[in-house]
Amino acid sequence: MAVTTTPALDAARLRADFPIFEQQIHGKPLAFLDSAASSQKPRQMLDAMTEFYETSYANVHRGVYVLAERATEGLELAREKVRALLNAPSAREVIFVRNATEGINLVAYAWGLSRLGPGDLVVVSELEHHSNFVPWQYVASRTGAGFRMISLDEQGELRLEELDAIASEGNVKVVATGVVSNSLGTINPVERLAAWAREHGAIMVADAAQAAPHRKVDVQAIGCDFLAISAHKMCGPSGVGALWGRAELLEEMEPFLTGGHMIRSVGADGTTWGELPHKFEAGTAPMAEAVGFGAAIDYLTDVGLDAIGQYEHELAAYALDRLAELPWVTSYGPPADRRAGIVSFNVDGIHPHDVAQVLDFEGIAIRAGHHCCQPLMRKLGVAATNRASFYLYTIPDEIDRLVDGLHKVKKAFA
Amino acid sequence: MGEFDQLYRELILDHYKSPRNHGLLEDADATAEGQNPLCGDEVSVSVRFGEGDVVEEVGFEGRGCAISQAATSMLTDLVKGKTAAEIAAMPKEELLGELGIPLTPVRLKCAILGLGVLKLALNKAKGTPLPDEWGTSVRDLVLE
Repeated sequence: MAVTTTPALDAARLRADFPIFEQQIHGKPLAFLDSAASSQKPRQMLDAMTEFYETSYANVHRGVYVLAERATEGLELAREKVRALLNAPSAREVIFVRNATEGINLVAYAWGLSRLGPGDLVVVSELEHHSNFVPWQYVASRTGAGFRMISLDEQGELRLEELDAIASEGNVKVVATGVVSNSLGTINPVERLAAWAREHGAIMVADAAQAAPHRKVDVQAIGCDFLAISAHKMCGPSGVGALWGRAELLEEMEPFLTGGHMIRSVGADGTTWGELPHKFEAGTAPMAEAVGFGAAIDYLTDVGLDAIGQYEHELAAYALDRLAELPWVTSYGPPADRRAGIVSFNVDGIHPHDVAQVLDFEGIAIRAGHHCCQPLMRKLGVAATNRASFYLYTIPDEIDRLVDGLHKVKKAFA
Repeated sequence: MGEFDQLYRELILDHYKSPRNHGLLEDADATAEGQNPLCGDEVSVSVRFGEGDVVEEVGFEGRGCAISQAATSMLTDLVKGKTAAEIAAMPKEELLGELGIPLTPVRLKCAILGLGVLKLALNKAKGTPLPDEWGTSVRDLVLE
């Protein structure tokens, strides 16, 4: 175990909060190194959801009885927690969605469809998760707008020097990038991209699904116009996420999904929309999930996002050092000090599926595939990579087991 | 490593490391390629027919996991001497029986990629039917 600096947090202790680690996989302790795909859940969050269902459950808003009031209070308290987490000016700018993907689609459709056209440009990055790539590509094609990618340099970081050339090709209307790459762990210069977007009169849409679990995300400091997160990557339940948007933009946008709850008045000759955030929350909200999301935010805040980010940097550095001991392993992405707790790598001549399969027999869960980043895989010249990703409950012993497992992989397919 | 030996049994590793009928045929009568976008497995197949639509020669290339490549290698041995119609009607269970390993749903897609590509090549060249579950719009095979 080569992590010698004072640990920023006590992962071994935090791990006890996560019931999933009480089991064995293939007769071995679970080493869960796939938190970038989705995180595990602390008992505190699970209890909050159960308590909501057991004591406060009813449909929210408009009900005049006690349970409906409790449920509404629970939902709105969760909204306030998301607001505080993101340092958003107002809770009415926080919209509950299914996940970050849905949040980005909301912006692409409700803002993009009616405002983009020929001569306009939508700019994404080559590093982008499909969630912040495909909606924009699709809406650009629907509207006749151009679609451009900021490319990556050798270390997997954005080539910002391309921005001027891109801007000379049309009216930049949308800049959409992730805050942290889910594949390489690259931390993107979103503040600079937001400033560049503003200079060109474009909106900046930040996908923070991979950032919010691991570091402080401040929408005002970033200077973006929209930002999306998913609860399931940050100790919360699946099925809920949040979109933050500037109130003045949200107010002038048409709705995305229509139906119950999002209306002011409905008549045969037309319907008017409700106030923010309800205008964008058609149908029954993911109430218990939102309450769980709020509890997850409390959990992360108690541990401390600075401490989590610092700890993951240490783990990434340790993992990169250990992988560097293996000459038959190629790892991708920037140096440890400029990346989050994600390490993508390949074993020479052995397909990631086989690597991940053999590691699974050792109780080690990693991801093998394109990580919803096919443009990036093409750039790297590979069909897929292995990815190990870390979180606040990851212990260095799991990284040691990963390296031991890779030796077994190498031996098995030699 | 009992579980390892079950999945990657000796026969599988042998076909993976020394694939049979490797390399595409130069004067092929039928070709197709396909991929499994989930994991990036790729397989190309080429076929030469003898009399009566009997598969005389078959060659493949590909890159991907051991299961996908070994299964395609074993498939090429299995189909030589069969007619296009026989191969089109061949259930995936026949190939899986040859493989003889327990497969999860994800790995099943790896295992049957080559069979799907071969059926596609025969469909293009001879109009033999594609598996019902594919629908009618399949052109470049994508097993999702």
